[in-house]
Amino acid sequence: MGWAIALHGGAGVPLSMPPENRLPREAGLRHCLDVGIAALKSHMHALDVVELVVRELENFPHFNAGKGSVLNTLGTVEMEASIMDGKTKKCGAVSGLTTVVNPISLARLVMDKTPHIYLAFHGAEAFAREQGVETADPTHFITPENIERLQQAKEANRVQIDYTQPMPREAKKNAAIANGDSQTGTVGCVAVDSEGNLASATSTGGLVNKMVGRIGDSPIIGAGTYANHLCAVSATGRGEAILRGTVARDVAALMEFKGLSLKEAAAYPVDQAPPGTVGLVAVSSTGEVTMPFNTPGMFRACATEDGYSEISIWDSPIKVSN
Amino acid sequence: MGGWAIAVHGGAGVDPNLPKERQEEAKRLLRRCLDIGISALHSNIPAIDVVELVVRELETDPLFNSGRGSVLTENGTVEMEASIMDGPKRRCGAVSGLTTVKNPISLARLVMDKSPHSFLAFSGAEEFAEKQGVELVDNEYFITENNVAMLKLAKEANSIVFDYRIPAPGTVGCVVVDKEGRCAAATSTGGLMNKMRGRIGDSPLIGCGTYACELCGVSCTGEGEAIIRSTLAREVAAAMEYKGLNLHEAVDFVIRNRLDEGKAGLISVSKKGEVACGFNTTGMFRGCATEDGFMEVGIW
Repeated sequence: MGWAIALHGGAGVPLSMPPENRLPREAGLRHCLDVGIAALKSHMHALDVVELVVRELENFPHFNAGKGSVLNTLGTVEMEASIMDGKTKKCGAVSGLTTVVNPISLARLVMDKTPHIYLAFHGAEAFAREQGVETADPTHFITPENIERLQQAKEANRVQIDYTQPMPREAKKNAAIANGDSQTGTVGCVAVDSEGNLASATSTGGLVNKMVGRIGDSPIIGAGTYANHLCAVSATGRGEAILRGTVARDVAALMEFKGLSLKEAAAYPVDQAPPGTVGLVAVSSTGEVTMPFNTPGMFRACATEDGYSEISIWDSPIKVSN
Repeated sequence: MGGWAIAVHGGAGVDPNLPKERQEEAKRLLRRCLDIGISALHSNIPAIDVVELVVRELETDPLFNSGRGSVLTENGTVEMEASIMDGPKRRCGAVSGLTTVKNPISLARLVMDKSPHSFLAFSGAEEFAEKQGVELVDNEYFITENNVAMLKLAKEANSIVFDYRIPAPGTVGCVVVDKEGRCAAATSTGGLMNKMRGRIGDSPLIGCGTYACELCGVSCTGEGEAIIRSTLAREVAAAMEYKGLNLHEAVDFVIRNRLDEGKAGLISVSKKGEVACGFNTTGMFRGCATEDGFMEVGIW
């Protein structure tokens, strides 16, 4: 029982990373986890917590969301996000954003301020202006790392689910395994507060070199994001695999229909998906946390009210406290 | 059991005062679409092709809310969306925000078959359409007098029209299981009358408006928001897969328990050749047929 939080910075992690790439991301995870923990301790509602944490992850330029989003085939950013309130099952989603600094907050506004659930492209941008949310020039979101990734992807002529580092020649084997598949980014946060309210939020720039107008799993309720009275889930990985696998929804369905525990239910869609395509974070109404993935690694962190916290990238946690 | 089965729908939520001629017109269209589907199934055309074929017919006819005859956005224009899913490998394709593509469902099919992605929208989708050489028309082609009049009413009532007090046509869809037991589903729509520009509903969302897997194919219609929150199409399949219900039980369970205050309907087929429809709205335009000769077209 008690509150719990889990967050991710994407399942697109190669087998190893040099410190200059790894350390800022660890710091980012730590910072965002701390923000979430503080919010939960001050009795903030789960829905507000996940929005807050995802805003932080979006602002952090080393994860694929908000600033630091990967680039589409034209070299521009198209961001998408979704949020869901487990108690009411209300949800909000946005796609095709180019100037909105915090896509997750716009998704929240779609949920709270419109009769709709999902707004996209020009309609979403117009709504953003109406609502007066913070916007920036499209160049604000673009980072040198992502320009490089796009370049590589074009050279390799593939759609890359991001996170390959500028690759040395000998890492070609890694790339071959990947085939754009095991390197994925997205950010997300799930939380259960001390009242037992569950919520989930996911945000992303999508796939490196994606076609203009491509929508992935992150804004799709039931695929990248889901929350109900049993659990909250945020997924990351190969969008097309998460979509056909209705990953986030399946975790909850397995708990409900088959009586599986959170851990078992979360492991199932991850195991069923092709290797290197899916990771997720999930919390249950009873304060449990699980963070399974079938990729080489997933940037993640979690904490529970009993004092446990963890920050990890590969299999073994980097830092655990009890 | 076994054998092919097909179901089509033209939207849930029907004006109880719908004039007799309109009802007959709708039933004729549904029957015609069923015949097209049945004929294709007799020629052993795979489920995925049959659903596309039938939905194209529904899009082309201006009677229902898809393709030509789509309801209008708040700006008086048409923005269409669709999705299609192939049960055996759960491949899928979806499109949104189309303004010039004559048959949205076929573009969704092309996204599935000819692109590395599953969902393309707005200008990106239109560009893809152009590159694929699909038939493109002016946005005016899709706009009917009926819908212009309805938009006017909706604006006067200042509402997003779903409910039938201002009779609004619904989404279209088709689900099929072929002789090999392969299931497929397809859904297409113009969305909500007087919707905000850029609004995406349930119809192009895999798991919400459309779903197909080894066990079944499902297409939903009704309040988009309710269908999304309940991930309605996936719910039917999940109830079968994880709860062990048969198709009829699953549809019943889902309609009864998952919609809360929402109003929606769905059609479905199972790999065993069963067909089941369910709705908690007043009426749903629908038709279904199975290989053993059963055929039924209905509204209430």
